[in-house]
Amino acid sequence: MSFQASRPNLLAAPAVAWLLVFMVLPCLLILSYAFFERGTWGGVVYDFTLENFQRVVDPLYAKIFLNSARIAGLVTLIAILIAYPAAYAINRAPKHRQAMLLFFAVLPFWSNYLIRTYAWIVLLNREGLLNNLLRMAGYDGEPLSLLYSEGAVIVGLVYNYLPFVILAIYSTLSRLNPELMEASRDLGGGPVSTFLRVTLPLTMSGVAAGGVFVFVLSIGNFVTPALLGGGRFQMIGNVVYDQFLTANDWPFGAALGMVLIATMIILLFLQGRATAHASGERAGAPS
Amino acid sequence: MSSAAGARLPGRIVLFCVFGFLYLPIAVLVLLSFNEAGLPTTWSGFSTKWYVALAGNSEILGAAWNTLVVAVAATLISTVLGTLLAIGMETRRRKSTGLEALAFAPMVIPDIVLAVALLTFFSRLNLTLGLHTIILSHVIFDLAFVCSIVRARLKHFDYSIVEASRDLGASGWTTFWRVTFPVLLPAIIAGALLAFTLSVDEFIIAFFTAGAGRSSITLPIQIYSMIRFGITPEINALATIVMGVSALALLISQWVNKEQMS
Amino acid sequence: MNQEPTAQEPILRIDGLSKSFGPVRAVDNVSLDIQRNEFFALLGPSGCGKTTLLRMLAGFETPGSGRILLDGTDIAPLSPEKRPLNLMFQSYALFPHMTIRKNLSYGLEMERLAKTEINHRVDEIMAVTDLTPFAERKPEQLSGGQKQRVALARSLIKRPKVLLLDEPLGALDKKLRERMQLELKRLQHEVGITFIIVTHDQEEALVMADRMAILKDGRLLQCGAPEEIYEHPADRFVANFIGVMNFISGVVTPNGSFEADGLSVPMPGAAAGPATLAIRPESIAVSMNGGGIAGSLVDAAYHGLDRVLHVKIAACETPLQVRVPAHTSADLGIGSPIHLGIDPDRCRLFPD
Repeated sequence: MSFQASRPNLLAAPAVAWLLVFMVLPCLLILSYAFFERGTWGGVVYDFTLENFQRVVDPLYAKIFLNSARIAGLVTLIAILIAYPAAYAINRAPKHRQAMLLFFAVLPFWSNYLIRTYAWIVLLNREGLLNNLLRMAGYDGEPLSLLYSEGAVIVGLVYNYLPFVILAIYSTLSRLNPELMEASRDLGGGPVSTFLRVTLPLTMSGVAAGGVFVFVLSIGNFVTPALLGGGRFQMIGNVVYDQFLTANDWPFGAALGMVLIATMIILLFLQGRATAHASGERAGAPS
Repeated sequence: MSSAAGARLPGRIVLFCVFGFLYLPIAVLVLLSFNEAGLPTTWSGFSTKWYVALAGNSEILGAAWNTLVVAVAATLISTVLGTLLAIGMETRRRKSTGLEALAFAPMVIPDIVLAVALLTFFSRLNLTLGLHTIILSHVIFDLAFVCSIVRARLKHFDYSIVEASRDLGASGWTTFWRVTFPVLLPAIIAGALLAFTLSVDEFIIAFFTAGAGRSSITLPIQIYSMIRFGITPEINALATIVMGVSALALLISQWVNKEQMS
Repeated sequence: MNQEPTAQEPILRIDGLSKSFGPVRAVDNVSLDIQRNEFFALLGPSGCGKTTLLRMLAGFETPGSGRILLDGTDIAPLSPEKRPLNLMFQSYALFPHMTIRKNLSYGLEMERLAKTEINHRVDEIMAVTDLTPFAERKPEQLSGGQKQRVALARSLIKRPKVLLLDEPLGALDKKLRERMQLELKRLQHEVGITFIIVTHDQEEALVMADRMAILKDGRLLQCGAPEEIYEHPADRFVANFIGVMNFISGVVTPNGSFEADGLSVPMPGAAAGPATLAIRPESIAVSMNGGGIAGSLVDAAYHGLDRVLHVKIAACETPLQVRVPAHTSADLGIGSPIHLGIDPDRCRLFPD
């Protein structure tokens, strides 16, 4: 480690400074705003209050929050149920093809989020492809209003975050020593018990990592609800958006943002604990 | 291996369905962008007229130029900072939990929270919002991604070649430029391309830190406002171009970084 | 077709087994009989097909052709979990998320045995393999040798008809490996189960096996007891692979004598023509008082118990290796003249 060993802190300093100034400081700032009062004409009055957090648990907002959590939960569940078989199939494909399959599974994730959401507007609207297909299949009733519904929001979120879940699960699956599954078969376990008792427990960390990611990004999302859920459809991200850009109640928006951050930190912590609990996963990797 | 041969078929079906789900919406979009009539109802022949229309749309061209300015500036800054951070973190004697969390946070923090925090911060400082504030903000997550890619390469880095270089009489500085840097270069380029893609596509933070006025509108902001007005053939064409650019940048990034891995 | 009494019948009969991966014939028409309670070794260089053969027995590779008869029934069509034989994996493949006790009970739970029966058998096997103190530990908390014992116990607890071991000692260091060789042999004796072990280490096979088979490029070259293979290798490859062997090229004259430059060994009955003489280092004698084959000392390596002399003779490009007790010839310097004697009875002749 003689490699520039004397200067690691110096090398890290510019980036650390950048992150401290433009990430940590702003986050601390809105954390503090969450404890101040809102001015009569917008703006902030620097008087300490807990009122913003009381409003968070107000039934009106608590309902939105719980509804967001329910939708995010559903999205997470569906994404995992689709991603696991996909990751499993990629891991079972011939070695030389796996990198390519994985690349193309993840590629959409790096393309524009708005465009990927917009693509579903094109598919789901009343004049859209799905309604057209239905009509061609002989359906001649009113076009279905697939768009602007909770279902559309869920499909849009699953679609957008699925690649990441595939990646997370694949990365644990591919590190798993295949001899563990063979050992289970050798000891008399059929395919189902082998999956439930060996493969699944040992890949839970990937499932958890992907799941937490999807949940956190879904619950705080405002673009997808705004575009696919229609104007009145509100998730917690939309409320934050409104507080900052229309209602001009920054302290309350800040408090909601803090709740989102807290949710994220708790989930990441739980995920870390779960991963540590399912320890030895690394020991199961081929040496 | 071969007892799994029978399991290949279900695997193929799963992959076929999942890739269909992932690519069908995009494919429809791309196809419609070449539709003469421009609307999803009927196919009325191949045409590039919507692309021609884009080229004459000064609003979109302006937004595209802004996006390019933001992405290039944010990429340059974040590539330098992210690479230095990666080297700094990997050469530390002991892992620092604080540093790890700091470098990891930009990748997981919900964009909406970072966006409102930055908006609050910039207004508190009475900073005029504009392209420069978008650049300052984009560097945050760009540098985190560059750092993680360069660190991945450093993890496989054989430090004995650095020692060999010193042993053969090279100074620390020479060693960095002639040994370390060339080995890291593919990862740095890959990181830069990823940062560029992320910046080109980023919407939420740009939306909050762009401020009012047309002068600082980026493509994603432009696309968002267009989408809210409904489907137009121009969006299809624009979307196709933006996705094409991202996909190309990623393909190059993947290709460059893989070259020397094996 | 075979009506012999069961006591004589092999427990496992491998009959014309072949397996190809693309153009490569990994296992090429191998037939072997393995006897009840035998410690059998499959030996060969890496890539010789021994692991593929073992994996076909365990059920992880489907044979291209041939039969695998276990107690007279063909098990080739059965999936791995339905075969009454078990495999001890090279990586041990211990389940990292289960305790040692859980690892051991796994196979019995798959047989849906009663809880009390399972507990009883787990306790029993842990006692036999000295694992009792580690019951509640996770695999990562064990040393290499302990992991190896868990892997062994986990396979044995199923009481398989045949236990397959894939390079079971490969991951251990030299000292531990030597101890575990004897340990494995003792255990095999105690449990009375047929062991088939795959190894690339010829010394390991010689020490442990009752009988062994040498494979190369997917083909079976020779099968027999270690002494037999060491003393009477079937061909040059086996002779070279097992132990150390000196080779001298020459011709056999019509009157039955092997001739090379300055060297003549009577080989009555050998067919005339070009041939290679093979002789072990310990079968060459050094005579201090002259007589025999003249040579000069090129190098000497001290091994503690004995000393290996490298002696250059006219008949042979590479110096011959000669093994002598360490206390003799200690005073010989490099370059000293030396005379060698070869005992014709301990030579092997391979026609070229």
